[in-house]
Amino acid sequence: MNGTILRAEQLQAFYVLDIFGTRRVIKAVDGVNLEIRENEVYGIAGESGCGKSTLLKALYGAMDPPLRLIGGKVYYRVEGKDVDIFSLRPDDVKKLRWEYISYVPQGSMSVLNPVIKVKEAYRDFLESHVRGKTRGEIFEIAKEHIAALGLPPTVLEAYPHQLSGGMRQRVTIALAALLKPRIMIADEPTTALDVVVQRGVIQLLKSIQESLGNTIILVTHDMGVQANVADRVGIMYAGKIVEEASVEEIFGNPLHPYTRYLINSLPRFGDKGTRESVPGSPPSLIDPPSGCSFHPRCPYTRPICREQTPGFFEPVAHHKVACWLMGER
Amino acid sequence: MEKLLEVENLTKVFTLGSLLSRIRIRAVDDVSFHIRPAEIFTLAGESGCGKTTIARIILGFEEPTSGAVIYGGKKGAKNERVWFTEGVQAIFQDPFGTFNPLRTVEQYFFETIQNYRLARTREEGVRLIDEKLRAVGLSYEEFAGKYPSEFSGGQLQRISIARALLTDPKLLVADEPVSMVDASLRMSVVNLFKKLREEMGVSVVYITHDLATAYYVGDRIAIMFRGNIVEMGPVEKVLIEPLHPYTRLLRESIPEADPSRRWGGRIALTETEYQEYLRTGCKFAGRCPEVMEVCRNRVPGYVEVDGVQVRCHKYNPL
Repeated sequence: MNGTILRAEQLQAFYVLDIFGTRRVIKAVDGVNLEIRENEVYGIAGESGCGKSTLLKALYGAMDPPLRLIGGKVYYRVEGKDVDIFSLRPDDVKKLRWEYISYVPQGSMSVLNPVIKVKEAYRDFLESHVRGKTRGEIFEIAKEHIAALGLPPTVLEAYPHQLSGGMRQRVTIALAALLKPRIMIADEPTTALDVVVQRGVIQLLKSIQESLGNTIILVTHDMGVQANVADRVGIMYAGKIVEEASVEEIFGNPLHPYTRYLINSLPRFGDKGTRESVPGSPPSLIDPPSGCSFHPRCPYTRPICREQTPGFFEPVAHHKVACWLMGER
Repeated sequence: MEKLLEVENLTKVFTLGSLLSRIRIRAVDDVSFHIRPAEIFTLAGESGCGKTTIARIILGFEEPTSGAVIYGGKKGAKNERVWFTEGVQAIFQDPFGTFNPLRTVEQYFFETIQNYRLARTREEGVRLIDEKLRAVGLSYEEFAGKYPSEFSGGQLQRISIARALLTDPKLLVADEPVSMVDASLRMSVVNLFKKLREEMGVSVVYITHDLATAYYVGDRIAIMFRGNIVEMGPVEKVLIEPLHPYTRLLRESIPEADPSRRWGGRIALTETEYQEYLRTGCKFAGRCPEVMEVCRNRVPGYVEVDGVQVRCHKYNPL
C-alpha cells in the first residue's frame, strides 16, 4: 500500500453569513476525516449541496470569507514531512500551490481569461513559477506540453471562446498539470459535457495521472464516471463522509442506505426494471437533522439514529460506513 | 398507424458571420419522424446536434426554413396557438429558471387556468391543481404560497410537469428535463413520464443526451448527429445493437456504473463543430473508424435494416 499524501482530521468548514444582523451558519463540511494515498484516484460523490466543493476548497487551503475554518487540520506530506496547511505563512502556501497541489475548478469558461490567448495564459502562469526564461523559451515549453498531452497546437493561438467546452476543459487540466504537481484536485471536470467529450476529458486526466504517478482527487456526482476512473470512493452526505471503500466495494457491496439508493437508482442497459430515486429531499445544511443526517429519508430508521451521530464502523476491511445498522451486526 | 404529431422534412438554416464571410449551417437537415399516441419518443445526441432546435420548432418558438410540423391533421398551427398549446405542452431544462424566484409557484398554475379558461371559480381551480399535483406525487397543501427556492430541483421539475398537465395535453415536449436535477432525484422525474404514459396516455418527446435514461423510459429513439437523424428505431435495437458507427461511439462512451467494465482504447476528438456541419457527404466521416471513400463525397440516404432506419453507406446495397 502507498503512503498517505494528504490527511484531513475532524475538518470543519462553515459559511458564516451576517445578513442585516442575522447570523446564518451553513455547515458545509462538518467533521471530515480523510486519508488520501499516493498515486491513487480518490473520488468524492454526493448530491449537489452536500458540501463536496467546499471540502475541496478546504483541502486546497482556500479559505476565503464567508467560508471559515472552524476546526480540524489538513496535512500534506511534503518531502517526507507532514505540513499543516492552515499554519503556514501565505508565502509558503503560494509556493505549494500549482507546484505541489493544483486545482481544476468547476466551469472551465470562467477559469481562462477571455481577452487573452491561451498561450498568454501559459506565459502568465510560467513567468510566476519558472524564473529566467525568455518569451520564446516559455512558448516552447507550452508547445511541448500541449503536444505531449495530445492536444492540437492551434489551441495556443486561440481565445477561450473559440474553443469548444471540452477543449477548454482539457486546456485547464493541461495547465493544472504543467508543473507536475503531486496532487491534482478536479471539481466536477465533466459536468455539462457530452458523453464523448467527457470520455476525452477523463482519458486526459487518467493519462496525466499515470505518467506523473500522482494523486487525483476527483469530485463528481456522476457515479458512472466514478466507476470508470476512481480507485477509492468516498460518499458524502450533508457535510460528512458516510461511506468510504475501494471502487469495487462501493459498487459491489454498498452498505450505507444512501449509497445503496444512489447505486440502485442508476439505469442500466439491458434492464428496464423500475428504479427508485432516494425518497424525500436533500437536507438543509443550515439546520441539519439531528443524529444521523440521513434519518428522515432512511427506510431503516431506529430511535438511536435520531439521537446520536454514528461514527465509522468497519464491517469489511478498508470499508468504512457511518451507519448505526452496521453496529448491530 | 395512428400518428399524433408528424415532422416532415424539417430544415432549419442559421447564418453565421458578417455579410462578406457568411457561413450557412444547416442546424436541422431534412428531418422526418412521427410520434404515436402514448409513446415516449427520445431524441438523443450531443449538444449542438440540433435536438433543441427541433423542440423549438415543434413548440412554435422558431420558424423552420422548410418542412412542416403536422399536429391533429393541421400543418403549422401557428394561427391557432391556444388550440395547439392545449394539446402540446413544454417542460424545460432548468427548473430554477422556469419559475420566477419572486413569485409563488401557484401563481403560474392560476395563470394557466385563466389563459385556457379551465375553471370558473377559485375552488374549482384549486381542485384541478390538487388533482394534477397528486398525479406527480405532491399536494396542494404542501405547495400553496411557497416560492421556488423552497423546493428541491426534482420537486420543481415535477411541479413544472404538473403545470403542463393542467390542460390535459396529449403530448409533452421535454427538453433535457433531468440534466439539471440531482442524480439521486433524477429517477423520480423519469418514472413520472412512464406513469403518465401508462395512466393518462400522454406521449412525450424526451430530448436528452443521457442514453441510459433514454433506454430506461423510451419506446423509440432517434440518434441525431450534426442536424441529421443517423439512426432511428426501438430502443432495445438501437441502444443494444447499434448499427451506425456514431451510435456505437456514443454507446461505448457512456461510463457504466460497473468498475469491472472500464473504458478501453482511446478516442479521437479533433474537429470543431462547425467544420463537421460544413462537410459534404456523411458528417461523421472525419471521426468514423470505418470510413470509406464514398462517405466523404455523398450523403448517405436512409436504409431500413431490421426495423431500424439507419443513415450510413455501410448498409447501402449499392
